[in-house]
Amino acid sequence: MLSSVDVSLIDWSRAQFALTAMYHWLFVPLTLGLGAIIGIMETVYYVKRDDFWRRLTQFWMKLFAINFAVGVATGLILEFEFGTNWSNYSWIVGDIFGAPLAIEGIVAFFMEATFIAVMFFGWKKVSPGFHLASTWLTALGATFSAWWILVANSWMQYPVGMEFNPETVRHEMVSFVSIALSPMAIVKFLHTVSSGWMTGAVFVVGVSSWYLLRGRQQQFARASLGVGTAFGLFACFFAMFSGDMSGVTVAEKQPMKLASFEGLYDGSEHAPFTVAGPIQIPNMLTFLATHKMTAFVPGINDILNGGYELEDGTKALSAEQKMAYGREAMASFTAFREADKAGDMAAAAVAKKDLMEKMPYFGYGHIQSREELVPPVPLLFWSFRIMVGLGGLFVLLFVALLFLIIKDRLMKFPLLLKGAVACIPLVYICSQAGWICAEVGRQPWAIQDLLPVSAAVSGIQTASVQITFFLFLLLFTVLLVVEIRIMLQAIRKGPDMQ
Amino acid sequence: MYWLTKVFRFYCDGFRSMTIGRTLWIIIIVKLVIIFVLLRIFFFRPAMSHLSPQEKQNHVADELLQPKSGLLNESSGQIHVVPIH
Repeated sequence: MLSSVDVSLIDWSRAQFALTAMYHWLFVPLTLGLGAIIGIMETVYYVKRDDFWRRLTQFWMKLFAINFAVGVATGLILEFEFGTNWSNYSWIVGDIFGAPLAIEGIVAFFMEATFIAVMFFGWKKVSPGFHLASTWLTALGATFSAWWILVANSWMQYPVGMEFNPETVRHEMVSFVSIALSPMAIVKFLHTVSSGWMTGAVFVVGVSSWYLLRGRQQQFARASLGVGTAFGLFACFFAMFSGDMSGVTVAEKQPMKLASFEGLYDGSEHAPFTVAGPIQIPNMLTFLATHKMTAFVPGINDILNGGYELEDGTKALSAEQKMAYGREAMASFTAFREADKAGDMAAAAVAKKDLMEKMPYFGYGHIQSREELVPPVPLLFWSFRIMVGLGGLFVLLFVALLFLIIKDRLMKFPLLLKGAVACIPLVYICSQAGWICAEVGRQPWAIQDLLPVSAAVSGIQTASVQITFFLFLLLFTVLLVVEIRIMLQAIRKGPDMQ
Repeated sequence: MYWLTKVFRFYCDGFRSMTIGRTLWIIIIVKLVIIFVLLRIFFFRPAMSHLSPQEKQNHVADELLQPKSGLLNESSGQIHVVPIH
């Protein structure tokens, strides 16, 4: 017996989700970064009570508002896609995702909606202290929102705190704390938020540099550049620190993803880090992945072949062994359903016990060949290098700017200011490359080891997914063009410093 | 009641004094109409909304027990689904 499903349905559904998430992610990092920066600027105003800093804060707040207004609710489309294109997945994870997404909705709506109004309307209506608190609470609200979204995302990368219930066919939450504070969630949150801070800082520095190059708003631009540079440098180091933590976590929980980042086919105890082409740093990958000088980092072939020693002293299983366990889990699930239907509770209990033993490999039952377990290596290899390389470039930019600000020689290096302007699009490329690493790197899994994307997708018409894909492409492109136009108009007009 | 009036006035005055904010509100409203009316009603009906919870369970279980690989059959553009039993 052989049946089939159109592979293009999976590809189009994935493409649509990727398109929506990536467009949504154009707006979010700037909200996170600018939110923190205007909080700092207003704090300076609160301390100094100098009207210059109030007007400076108000200008960046205006750009924050433009980005916030255009970006708000674009993430909701992702939730529509869950129900329509990924209905199997949505059913299976409903119990896990319900709590974090509900908290995110409540926090985002109440915290941001309340305090953002005070932030924009309250300059002359509330006390400076209350206004400052509202600004910080708006930024904090956006950051908390990101936390809960990333908790849900991290659970897909490292599913913990749940138990599969074969009666409801759902993963049910048994420990909220394990899910909310899983190591994957913590590092993903820190790294994602710090990348958002970097985006905000590069944006502020780039726009300020443009004013300096044009000879406009010198005092305003210098002050903004100072805040942006100092905060950007802090954000870069924080992103490096959280990125390092993320590397260790990925090495432990998703070794195939790490091996794909590095294009590492055969592992070793002294694995080098490939910079690009033949340029390698000896032993560097081992150190970055394990924080030890000698430790085995498995390559793609090692992970497929198994047999190497894991952290807990056990031997890694081969792809074929995992696929066999996956099929056994599926057979136990079938036996459970049949026994349950027949009312044979003893047989159902035995089948459930067998299912639970093999459940960690359930998704492998869908895998037909070991090649399916390898994500697209060239895309990941280069995306990782683009992310890290651009991150390094921003460190150099901020260090150089800080040095010149301290030495008061900023205007003698117009090329650096031009470079800062050019970094605005680059920081978005850096951020998007990071998402490609995180999401493409976990393929073929929708939920790591438990559910491949091929089993998560709904059996709907490919044509309907194609239509909505192009509708979204149009909608988001219009939104992006509108945002850029309004933003450029506001920047050209400049701040009202009188 | 006093507080409610105060909050109401706060928002009213705020909206009245907006400059660029008016354009942004138009963008937000048009976008929400597109998302919730056009997309949600006409294009994004939940795929299993017509099923009861019991039927949803059975449907998803059936789907989970029908392995679908991601390998492309070059001749047909279809992926083969090989039952495990």
